Amino acid sequence: MTAPTTTGSAGGATAPGRAGPRRRGHSPAVRRQHRAAYLLVAPFMVVFAAMLVVPLVYAAYLSLFREQLVGGRSFVGLANYARALGDSAFGEGVLRVSLFLVIQVPIMLGLALLFALALDSGRLYAQRFVRLSIFLPYAVPSVVATLMWGYLYGPDFGPFTQIAEGLSLPAPPFLSSGWMLGSLMNILTWEFIGYNMIIMFAALRAVPADLYEAARMDGAGELRIAWSIKIPAIRSAILLTVIFSVIGSYQLFNEPNLLQTLAPNVIDSAYTPNLYAYNLAFTSQDLNYAAAVAFLLAAGIAVVSYVVQLTSQRRARS
Amino acid sequence: MTATTPAPTVEEVEPQPRPRPKGSTGRKSPLLTVLVLLTLPYFLLPLYWLVVASTKDNADLFSSFGLWFADFNLVDNLRDVFTAQGGVFWSWIGNTALYAGVAGVGAAFLATAAGYAFAKYSFPAGTLLFSVVLGAIMVPTTALAIPTYLLFAEVDLTNTRWAVILPSLVSPFGVYLMRVYAADAVPTELMEAARVDGAGEMRIFFTVALRLLAPGFITVLLFQLVATWNNYFLPLIMLSTPSKFPLTVGLAQWQSTAAGGSGAQALFSSVITGSLVSIVPLVIAFLYLQKYWQAGLATGGVKG
Repeated sequence: MTAPTTTGSAGGATAPGRAGPRRRGHSPAVRRQHRAAYLLVAPFMVVFAAMLVVPLVYAAYLSLFREQLVGGRSFVGLANYARALGDSAFGEGVLRVSLFLVIQVPIMLGLALLFALALDSGRLYAQRFVRLSIFLPYAVPSVVATLMWGYLYGPDFGPFTQIAEGLSLPAPPFLSSGWMLGSLMNILTWEFIGYNMIIMFAALRAVPADLYEAARMDGAGELRIAWSIKIPAIRSAILLTVIFSVIGSYQLFNEPNLLQTLAPNVIDSAYTPNLYAYNLAFTSQDLNYAAAVAFLLAAGIAVVSYVVQLTSQRRARS
Repeated sequence: MTATTPAPTVEEVEPQPRPRPKGSTGRKSPLLTVLVLLTLPYFLLPLYWLVVASTKDNADLFSSFGLWFADFNLVDNLRDVFTAQGGVFWSWIGNTALYAGVAGVGAAFLATAAGYAFAKYSFPAGTLLFSVVLGAIMVPTTALAIPTYLLFAEVDLTNTRWAVILPSLVSPFGVYLMRVYAADAVPTELMEAARVDGAGEMRIFFTVALRLLAPGFITVLLFQLVATWNNYFLPLIMLSTPSKFPLTVGLAQWQSTAAGGSGAQALFSSVITGSLVSIVPLVIAFLYLQKYWQAGLATGGVKG
């Protein structure tokens, strides 16, 4: 096969997007290319199916049954889902992470955007140092981040407590039931401001500079340019950070799970939906119900991120 | 970024954001700089505290001020960390490196092959399969872990190293990234030329394309490596034998023993020093491999 083919992958860079109606009789070269494409995609798709599709299907299947000491496994239809929807422990967890989401995500993303705009303005001294310092927490595993903040919050040797005692003030009760959600928000904010900032900063760098030139000619100030040109220009990057944050909030597990050892009376077994699913599976051994909760959670997250995306796309069009 | 977003075209793709000459006069602002610098202690203080605390013995942790040094005890702490429970910390480091390394290389290779095929070949199921992969970016990994555990329990894979490695080989985001990257990085004319020279499609991938895809490959590798290095939930539910734990699960277990206070108070200093040891490789990797992070995040964010 030496003749260069004009069909098949010619201009293949955009091909998947515009694969038009196809003819039946492909030339041997095209067939060879199809075979190569399937061969290249196959290893990923096999692992993808085994590790992502099959577990979800299996969990969906398990969630339709109930395990009983007497009588073994029996089909119960959607009873586990009905139970989850009426389960106040699950409901409280969902409400708690929703509250978390509504407060923490705007603060975190707002700060990330401010830092990204400050870096992009080119007006900072020590830019590289600033960028690295803010991004550094992302390199810290959430387990270590939570351990650190847990100690910093703690009444034993936390510096905040030490400072308060030095000033004869009451120690801030970071790990009390009233403060815990805020303390968790702070850990997540610390971990992810830099990550979101880098996404936004990279998007800002890709905006053509001549867009600003015209505005400057018209006498627009930097703040005006940031608000009217830069932020709209990177809305798709901002949307991405919103969606990732929504997904992250509903999955909250590591941080509450680790703070539980410091405040067992504040963080109960159903503090977040994921913590609840975990405790159902491994403490209560109620695997079928745990599968239903996990599946409901995954489906819920997918729906919420889809809705976030749809509404913002609609707003963009109007 | 998702199944509903049209695939980016070549023109939009810019894997390495190039520095753009700034339109402004290049004036630096001392005021803005001071304002930003004032916020940096928030990001750095916890890490500074970790460094200070890992130089203290357990008694000084409680008795001395947390943000300043007391007697320098780092060497003893390190010895404690590495000798505790028969040197199990060494196993945790080895396990973490193994899990993260295999998952990183494996996921990068799978994603590169698939992303390249999606970008450079027009084949019947291509569009459909790629949409499915894109949709999967939205599937929450933590919520997926319990279903995966249930499945692995059925086939007796729990409490094996495979239980941590296999699920970490899948990176739908990596495929998306490589699809965007390959579209630009591998010129179609080059593939045609190789075909004219009689090279088979597989040979083109392994000898021509793979080299051009190396920067993207490394970006995906790094992302997956760090994600696996940091993973806690999956190994926590999959593994029960301490010698198979990664650092995250091991440290969390030490912490819960220490906080339980069952005569094991000495462990606090070990948890802290162990935490410091566990983040050193990552911090170094971050500082030295910065451009790959930025490239990866840019491709994900700009094209969303």
